[in-house]
Order: sequence, then C-alpha cells, then structure tokens
Amino acid sequence: MDKDISALTVLFTEFYYWVTVVIMFLIHVGFCMYEVGASRRKNHMHTLMKNTMVIPTVGITFYLFGWWIYSAFPNGPGFTGGLTAAPYALPWNELMGTHMGGTPVSDTLTAADTALWARLNGVFFAAFLLFSWTTASIVSGDCIERIRSGAFWLLAVLIGSVLWIIDASWGWHPAGWMVAKLGYHDAYASGVVHAIAGGFTLGVLLVLGPRLGKFRPDGSARNINPHNPWLVTIGLFLIYTGFWGFYAACNIPMFDVQAGDGVFFSATNIYLAPTTLSAITLNFLTSLFGGMLAMYVVAKGDAFWTYSGGLAGIIAASAGNDLYHPLQAFLIGAIVPVISYKLHYFMERRFKLDSAVGAVAVHGYTGFLGVVVAGFMLWGYPSSPTEGFAPITPWGNFVGAVIMFGVLGLVPGYLAAKALDAFGLLRIPREIELAGLDVSFEIQREVEAAEVTRSVHDAASDLIAERR
Amino acid sequence: MATIESFAGTVTDIGPMYPFVGTEMIMVVVVAAFWIIWHILQLRGESQEFKEDTERLRSQEALRKVLEREG
Repeated sequence: MDKDISALTVLFTEFYYWVTVVIMFLIHVGFCMYEVGASRRKNHMHTLMKNTMVIPTVGITFYLFGWWIYSAFPNGPGFTGGLTAAPYALPWNELMGTHMGGTPVSDTLTAADTALWARLNGVFFAAFLLFSWTTASIVSGDCIERIRSGAFWLLAVLIGSVLWIIDASWGWHPAGWMVAKLGYHDAYASGVVHAIAGGFTLGVLLVLGPRLGKFRPDGSARNINPHNPWLVTIGLFLIYTGFWGFYAACNIPMFDVQAGDGVFFSATNIYLAPTTLSAITLNFLTSLFGGMLAMYVVAKGDAFWTYSGGLAGIIAASAGNDLYHPLQAFLIGAIVPVISYKLHYFMERRFKLDSAVGAVAVHGYTGFLGVVVAGFMLWGYPSSPTEGFAPITPWGNFVGAVIMFGVLGLVPGYLAAKALDAFGLLRIPREIELAGLDVSFEIQREVEAAEVTRSVHDAASDLIAERR
Repeated sequence: MATIESFAGTVTDIGPMYPFVGTEMIMVVVVAAFWIIWHILQLRGESQEFKEDTERLRSQEALRKVLEREG
C-alpha cells in the first residue's frame, strides 16, 4: 500500500464493508427470533438451532467453494466464455488468509493482486456470505415444524453456497453474462437473493407438504398462529435494521467512475455504474413506507403482514432502487406486495401450500415481480458502464427473473427435496411432529427438574432431622 | 518456524502472515473432510434421536401426555 489516494480508497472500502457485515448480522438474529416466535412452544429449540446452524454450515462451505464460484463463473461458464481466473478466491490461496499485501509467495498472483485483495478479500467474502445466510434463512422459515434439521442444512448449503452465488456471478457481477447479453439489472438483489430463495422454498415445500393440522378436512386452511407475536415483531424489526447493511453492501462506496480523462469518485452499484448512497437511502425508505401502508390496509391491520409488507416493499423496488425516483419506489413498494399477498392465499387455497411465514410470497413472488417491473421502468437504460453490454429491457429482465426464480430456485429446490425424500431424510416422523421436535429435550428437562426437586426435599428432610 | 520474525523494515515486503505457509492445501482437505463427516454424524444422530422418541411415543398414554402439554 503506497500513500496516494488509491491506498485511501482501498482502506476506506475495507472499513466500509467491515461495517456492513456487522449490521447485516442483525438479519440473522432477526430471522432466528422471528422463526422461534412463529413456531409452537413444542418446537422452539429445534427451530432455533435449525436456523442458527446455517451460520457455520453455509459459512465454511462458502469459504471452501462459494466465494470462488462468484469470481469464476461470470461467463457461465459456457455462455460468454470459460471459467474466469480467480486465484485469490481459492480456499488454498494465500490471499484467503492473513496477508499484508506484499510480495506474493504463490506464482499465480501478481503484486497488484496482493495489494488489492489482501485488504478486500475477507470483507467482500463476508458481505457475500451474509447474503448467503439470508437466502438459507428465507428457506428455513417456511419449513418450520416438519423438516429434518439435517436435511435443511444440506439444502442450506445448496442454496447458500452454490445456487445463489451462481446467480450472483451471472447477474450481479460487473462482467456477468446475464448483464452483458440480457441487460439484466437487479441493483439491490430482488432477483439474485429474494426471487431465487423464494423459488427454492417453493420447490422444497411442494415435496415437504403442509404441517399436520394446517388444513381442515374440507381443504380450507387453519391459521397456526405464532406463539409469541412480540418475538416475531422484534425479529422483523431487526431484519429491517440488518437490511440497511444489506443495501450498503450492494454498493462500492468509493470508485473512480470517470471514463476517460479525469477522476471523479462516487459510490457505484454492484455493476460499477454510478449512484449515490443518498439516493438509495431515499428509495429504501419510501419503498418501505409504501409496503407498510398498503399492506396494513389490505391485511386489515394484521401486524405480521404489515411488517412483512414493509420488507416486501423494499424487495419489490430493489431491482431498480439505484435509479428510481423515491415516489416511484414508494408506488412499486405499495403495489407489488399486495399482488404477492393475494398470490400467497391463492396458492394456499389452490395447491394446499403451507408457506408458514409467507416467505414464498414476500421474497419469491415479490422478488420476481420486482425484477420484471424494473425491466419496464428502466427500459433503455444502460445495464452497466461497460461498453457493448445490452441495455435494460422488459424481456431481458423477464428472462432473468425466470432464471432466478425458476431455473436456479424452484427446479433445484424441488429436485433436491425429492432426493432427500427418497432417502427418508426430508420430513420428521408423524409422531414427533405431533408431540413436537423438542420432546426429548422437554422430557430431559422434566427429569432433571424432578431430580433437583428430590434433592431439595432430601436436604430439607436432613435439616429437619438435625434440628430434632 | 515463524513466518514473521520481526516487523522492523519495510512493511510492504510482508506477504502472508499466518504460520505454516505452504500447508494450505492440506488444511483445505482436512476442513472439507471435517465438514462432510459433520453432516454424516449429524444425520446419524438425528435418526437415532427420532427412533428413540418414536419408540417412546408408541404407547397411547405417552402420546396423550405429550399432547396434553400442548393444551
């Protein structure tokens, strides 16, 4: 690192991403609280651990292969070229460890590689990893109370360390083939995080089936209400908070965007096109406002759907929130979640889909529609500052949304769940589902409590005997 | 042997700082094996837990007691 502005830029970028990761961690805290609040008392501990263990299972696999996939797959491979060389992201590379950025030991690295990636590799890895956890957590919520934790963690690795990061490499990378050929634009990840996770969840749910008792004999749905609405509320608020970090992590904070002569530093979106943090702050907020206001009315003041409507509002506008006017973001944030809400109940009635926390609607349908809307709203805009890339079009973004939701989400989710089901690994036994996943834990606690009570009684008896 | 023996001199000469530089591939293999074995052990343990719980819940009385608790 020398003393010029480029050194400061790298150091600032390193610190910026480090902070985004800390804020984004709250998303996972929120998801855990939300799921535990939404589950019944008899399933608490398993529900908590199911989502908590996403952190290490997806975490270590993202280190082993997820981060490399992002850097190596922008061409497909096979659509616009082969694998992209990304030695710095290989798990055995020196830049995946503690490094001061000086002379490389490996002959696959240059001095420029080490100077840049020694400081940015870890924080970029972590920012993308937090998105990975989010995709897995989205799946987790809808599967509560009947999926085997072991099956879920395998599915979590698949969505979190393989599928979503492939779609990010294709459509959320400055050189991604979908950006180059389709003009795919999805600045804050309506499709690349939310649509794929929602589609994957739908695929899993189709195989997993509803919770016992969810549907009446006539086929109508019962409400399985959250046991603790306050925990759900705090969880959703924490997800809102973490979503700020998520938005921040979708930007490069300081980058020379002046093509040709001169220098002009600005924040950019993930495609390196200029935007401002101020603009995305306005749009984040107004899309949140739109979603909450609309859903409060449509869901007749239901707290769960009002909060989820706020999230869905942001997700709906996210694909174009680098460029929308705040009031456009507001309207998109208001309209799209209402459609998703209607679709949620349609799918429940028509296909007996038990989407326990509404994740397929809030993330899947909303993310899909958000990408499609961006295709119309931003029709003709450049998808990227790179010369020769396709411009944004409705058909480019529609095809992109189908790839995200369907090709990389729904289909692999369905097939993976089918495979687990074939080995009897997907769903918990009926007796356990009726009694609750925590049945052994609860019995153990009762046995331990009884033993303590007995020991207290014995001690009291001894004391009485001594005093006599 | 320590990778870094002194921070005196030119900092920009310092590359990797962790101990045992050159053993990265071995560490990756060990950690990958750890990850796979963890899943196998977890699935086995979970199956065993479900088997025991299911046995325990086989009697009508046990199931009734548990369902009462949900009440």
